[in-house]
Amino acid sequence: MKALKIFEDAYNKDVIEKNFSRREAMTKGLGLGLKAAMAAIPFGLIDAFGNKAMAAPPPPTAVTAILNFALTLEYLESKFYSIGLATSGLVPSSDQAVIAQIAKHEAAHVLLLKNTITSLGDAPVAEPTFDFTAGGTFADVFSNYQTFLALANAFEDTGVRAYKGQATGLMGSGVVLTAALDIHSVEARHASEVRRLRGYKGWITNAVANGLPAAIYAGEDTTTEGTINVTTITTVSAASITEAFDEPLTMSAVLAIATPFIVS
Amino acid sequence: MKDEKIQNHLQEALRAPLDRKKFLKYTAMGGGALFLGLGLQSCHKDNNNSGSTGATIDVGSGDPGILNFAYALEQLEAAFYIKVNASFYTNATDAEKAILSDIMNHEIAHRDFFKAALGSAAISTLTFDFSSVDFTSRASVLGTAKALEDTGVSAYNGAGQYISSPDYLTLAGKIVSVEARHAAAIRDLLSPKTASFAGDDVVDVTTGLDFSRTPNSTTGGPSIVATANTFLKTKISATKLP
Repeated sequence: MKALKIFEDAYNKDVIEKNFSRREAMTKGLGLGLKAAMAAIPFGLIDAFGNKAMAAPPPPTAVTAILNFALTLEYLESKFYSIGLATSGLVPSSDQAVIAQIAKHEAAHVLLLKNTITSLGDAPVAEPTFDFTAGGTFADVFSNYQTFLALANAFEDTGVRAYKGQATGLMGSGVVLTAALDIHSVEARHASEVRRLRGYKGWITNAVANGLPAAIYAGEDTTTEGTINVTTITTVSAASITEAFDEPLTMSAVLAIATPFIVS
Repeated sequence: MKDEKIQNHLQEALRAPLDRKKFLKYTAMGGGALFLGLGLQSCHKDNNNSGSTGATIDVGSGDPGILNFAYALEQLEAAFYIKVNASFYTNATDAEKAILSDIMNHEIAHRDFFKAALGSAAISTLTFDFSSVDFTSRASVLGTAKALEDTGVSAYNGAGQYISSPDYLTLAGKIVSVEARHAAAIRDLLSPKTASFAGDDVVDVTTGLDFSRTPNSTTGGPSIVATANTFLKTKISATKLP
C-alpha cells in the first residue's frame, strides 16, 4: 500500500513542522496567487472588518498531503465510474445522464487536484491500481447494476466524510480550503442522487448502512454537535437530527474503508 | 506558464459562478422583475428596508457574524419549509411530501442549533415575507426551494475560509453537505434523472467545483444578503463580513 503510506507519512505534522520554517512557508507561498493577499494582512491583526486576520497558512506539504489523500479518493471514483460507463449493458439508459455527470465531475476533480498540488510545488501521487471487487467481495460490481450503485453510494458518502474530516487541516490556505469545500458539496450532491437512485433518502438516517459496510456510517447516529445535545434544544426528532448533520471521518478511518479497493 | 494558468483558473472558477441568470430564474419571482427592482435598491448603500418591523439587523463580525449569517439563512429556510408543509402544493405526491417534511425538520434543527450555539450573541428571530411564492404551485415552491438550497450551499462554501475556529468550521461543514443533499434532491424532483442534481449551472464543468459566494459579493447577480432580504420583513445586513 505504498501510495497510501507516502501521504500518511507526509501528514505527520511533526515531521512537516520540523522541516519547514515559517519563512520558507511564506516565501514559497501557497501559489494560487495568494502571496500578495497574505502579505496584505499581517497575522494576528485586525482587518478592516474588525475580524481577526485569517489563520497562518499551514506549511505547503501539510496542504499537499491532504490534497494527495483527496486525489487518491478521486482517482478511485473516477476510475470506478469510467469503467462502469464503458461497460456495455451495465448502466441503464434511464440513469446514464446522472452517472455521466458524476463521472465528469470526478475526472475534473482529479485534474484540479493534480494541478493544484503541482502549483504548490509538490508531486501528485500516481494513480493506484484498483480492484473494485475488493478481492471478490463485490464480484459482480460491473455486471450487476445494483452492486455498482451500492459501491457508488459507498464511495460518495465516504468521500463527503473524508473531505469534511480534512477541512480544519486546510485552515489558513484560503482558496485551497474553498476549493476543498466546493468539491465536498459536489460529492454530497452525488451522494444524495445515488442514494435516491437506489431507492433511499438522499440523507443519512442514524447509522443506517443500507447494505454497505457499517464503517462508512459509523458515528452518523450522533445527536451531539459541538458541546450541544441537539435533542434538548429542538423539537425535531432524534432521527431527523442525525439526518441534519453529516459527520467527518479521520484520514485513517477513510483509508480503512478504501484499502480493500486499492491493490497498490 | 501552465501553473499560473491553473492558479488563475482556480481563482476564476471560485469567483465567477456560471450562468447566474439561469440560477436566478428558478426562483418564484417571475424570472426577473423582482430582482431588477432589487438591483436598483441595492445600489443605495445605506438602504434601510425597515418594512413593517423596524431597523435592519446586522449579523456582526468575525465568527459570531458568520454564524449569525448562517442562522439568518436557516431561519429563512425553516420558515419557508414550515409554510410549505402547512399546506402542500396541488398534487404533491407522498414521496414529495416526505422529502419536504424531512428538509423542514433538518432546517429547524439547524436553526435551533445556531440559536443555541450563539446564545446571547444570536440575532433576534426574523420575520418573513413569502408573498412572492405561490404555495399552491409545485413549480413555485420547488423553484424557491432550489434557490434557497443552492444559495445556502454557496454561502457556507464562501464563508469557510473566513472562519477562525476549527470547531465552527467543522460544524459548518457538517451542515453544508446536508444542504447540498437537499439541493440535489429538489433539483431531481424538478428534472428527474437528469444532470440537474449537480447541473452545469451550479457545478463548474472544468473544475467540478460547486458555487461559493461571500455574503455581499455581487459577482454574477444579487448578493446572498440581497436575495435573503427579498424574503425578509426584518432585513439583515452583513456590513462587517466580506
